[in-house]
Amino acid sequence: MNKLSVIITGILVTIAFSWAGLVLTSHVQLGALEHHVDELSGDSFPPPRAGIARRGKKTYQELGCVACHTQQVRRPRDEETWRLPYGYAGDIERGWGERQSVARDYIRDEVVLLGTRRVGPDLMTVGGREDTREWHHRHLYDPRINTPGSTMPSYSFLYKTRAVDDDPSPRALDLPEGFGAPAGYEVLPTPRADALVQYLLSLRMDYELPEVPAENE
Amino acid sequence: MSDSSSHPDSSTNRGGATGLQPFGLRAIDTSMRVPAVVFGAMSVLWLFVATLFALITSFKLHTPGFLGQWELLTFGRVQPAYMTMFLYGWATNAGFGVAFWIMARLSRNTLQAGVTLYTAAAFWNVGVLVAIFGILIGHLNPHKWLEMPGYAAPLLFVAFALIAVWAVLTFRFRRSDYSYVSQWYLLAALFWFPAIFGIACLMLVYAPARGVVQSVVGMWYAHNLYALWLTPIGLAAAYYFIPKILGKPVHSYYFAAIAFWTYLVFASWAGTQHLAGGPVPAWIISSGIVGSLLTLFPVVIIGINHHVSMAGNFGKLRTSPTLRFVYFGAVAFTSVSILTAFTAFRSVREVVQFTYFMDGQMQWGIYAWFTMAMFGALYYIMPRVLNREWPSAMLIRLHFWTCASGIVLYVLAMCIGGWIQGIQINNPGAYPDFVDVVGNTMPWLVAGSLAGILLLLGHAAFAIHFFWILLRPEIPDESRSKLFKEPKHMKVAVK
Repeated sequence: MNKLSVIITGILVTIAFSWAGLVLTSHVQLGALEHHVDELSGDSFPPPRAGIARRGKKTYQELGCVACHTQQVRRPRDEETWRLPYGYAGDIERGWGERQSVARDYIRDEVVLLGTRRVGPDLMTVGGREDTREWHHRHLYDPRINTPGSTMPSYSFLYKTRAVDDDPSPRALDLPEGFGAPAGYEVLPTPRADALVQYLLSLRMDYELPEVPAENE
Repeated sequence: MSDSSSHPDSSTNRGGATGLQPFGLRAIDTSMRVPAVVFGAMSVLWLFVATLFALITSFKLHTPGFLGQWELLTFGRVQPAYMTMFLYGWATNAGFGVAFWIMARLSRNTLQAGVTLYTAAAFWNVGVLVAIFGILIGHLNPHKWLEMPGYAAPLLFVAFALIAVWAVLTFRFRRSDYSYVSQWYLLAALFWFPAIFGIACLMLVYAPARGVVQSVVGMWYAHNLYALWLTPIGLAAAYYFIPKILGKPVHSYYFAAIAFWTYLVFASWAGTQHLAGGPVPAWIISSGIVGSLLTLFPVVIIGINHHVSMAGNFGKLRTSPTLRFVYFGAVAFTSVSILTAFTAFRSVREVVQFTYFMDGQMQWGIYAWFTMAMFGALYYIMPRVLNREWPSAMLIRLHFWTCASGIVLYVLAMCIGGWIQGIQINNPGAYPDFVDVVGNTMPWLVAGSLAGILLLLGHAAFAIHFFWILLRPEIPDESRSKLFKEPKHMKVAVK
């Protein structure tokens, strides 16, 4: 073990082994995955995201939402393999999705936001669970409006408060007593807030893929 | 194995690869003064700022309104900013300082081409600063431990290339006859980091891979940053300082080589179990589980080498602060590796996945193991390169006990709280409202913040002490040999 060349060659072999085995192999297996085209309707799944939702995804990344929210529905309870009492049952039973998410669900995303921590709930299908702009705007402005007890931070810096002149804006947030702006003022979403909400609304898995049929129970 | 030494700084020496007379330790230490102080000071400063950011992060978890009105300081940004500061500012700067010094000492060579290291230090720290700034203004990536923006990475890469070249040349032109196990780990770390960093930047930032391949690359990077960059440096320090301070050879040196190679192969396959249950093929998760379990084999050998050496010498923990910190780290390394193998099992992972338990496990690795080992190393290195004594035994004691108790409290709070959280997430029957699960983690998160305050106190003591020693007068030559007595060198046990 005194020869530099022997040590370095050995080290490089271990790097190559790990890289080829894990990174390269998964790239070969998944790197060319294509969207699924429904033969009858000709639609492709997962569907592409609208431009404004793609801009909203950028805001989602800029705010670091991935630090607390995953975007993956884990596989359902498997009676044969689970040993502890609950398994991954929670994901589907909580209504975070009707089926597990699979690799193909993510191929349209230039940046994948699987996440590693569930400080808050999973968002893979949040656009299907809460399907109104108003809900999401209220939630971003102050999460305690929709969810008392939430520890999600407020993103009120995505909104501007301005004095109501003669002509109140139809886009003003409808905020409950105690959360809203002082009398004579209204809260309006900035373009970033609008885009972010469009992105959140686009988060849904309401299509089927051949490799994973929806749970029927 | 016959040409490698079972004891650091072996005294029989014929000049090694160059055939030149090896330098004395004193000359090597003095020549390493500037790089050790530069990297040491940068690491201590980053550690302090990182701790402040960690505390902000921790407070925000249970008090979401805390500093909430500024987009710059929203949770999603301070959290990755903290991790980037900790990993690239503190851990890597400290790792550099310790790695160079050990490499120079074991190669029995004084600092050559020091300008390479100073240039690298400048590039690296400017790179980290740019990365933190980029994250705070929103140019962050969603990949764990690689949140830095794409424009910061090249600076770090240049710095690293300079450093790796320096280390390889120092080893190549060593004036010792023997290579020692610490040097192997340092070489491994210095090659692994640019490889994983380059590949991860390429496949995640510059030319993102398709779909969930990104998640596989991300996990591969984050795990190996811990297992093949930080850990080898920590192991180099443990293999150097434990025998050095005890004055006895490595217990089972032949097995040290087997442990080294098996660690490299097995540990680099662990890590993908973090994707369990996710949208990736099952074999990727299985290989992570197998890798984590197989890693126990080298971990046991390394553990025997560290812990059997300590048997009967525990009294030295009282007199040597270096040994106290490094051995705390060695115990944490053994235990975190066992914990990692345990949580790799699918049935355990069903509970701990995505919970605070993983934060506890992570901190047990990057703090209780790596950071404590680096503290110990810096306590040994700084007086020798500066030729000055640490001014205050009290500050060292304060540093050790606040950090030791702080990290134990943090890990216990996160692991217990996280386990409860995992059980409740998976049990929608009993806990239908997710917000109740969130609420039930609050006491544990508050305990985590208390632990953070303890750590901040310890880091403040360390920072004060670090800059205090820089201001002290040098000690005269005649008393030096008494103060910094190197333990009696062992005869080489092999041949």
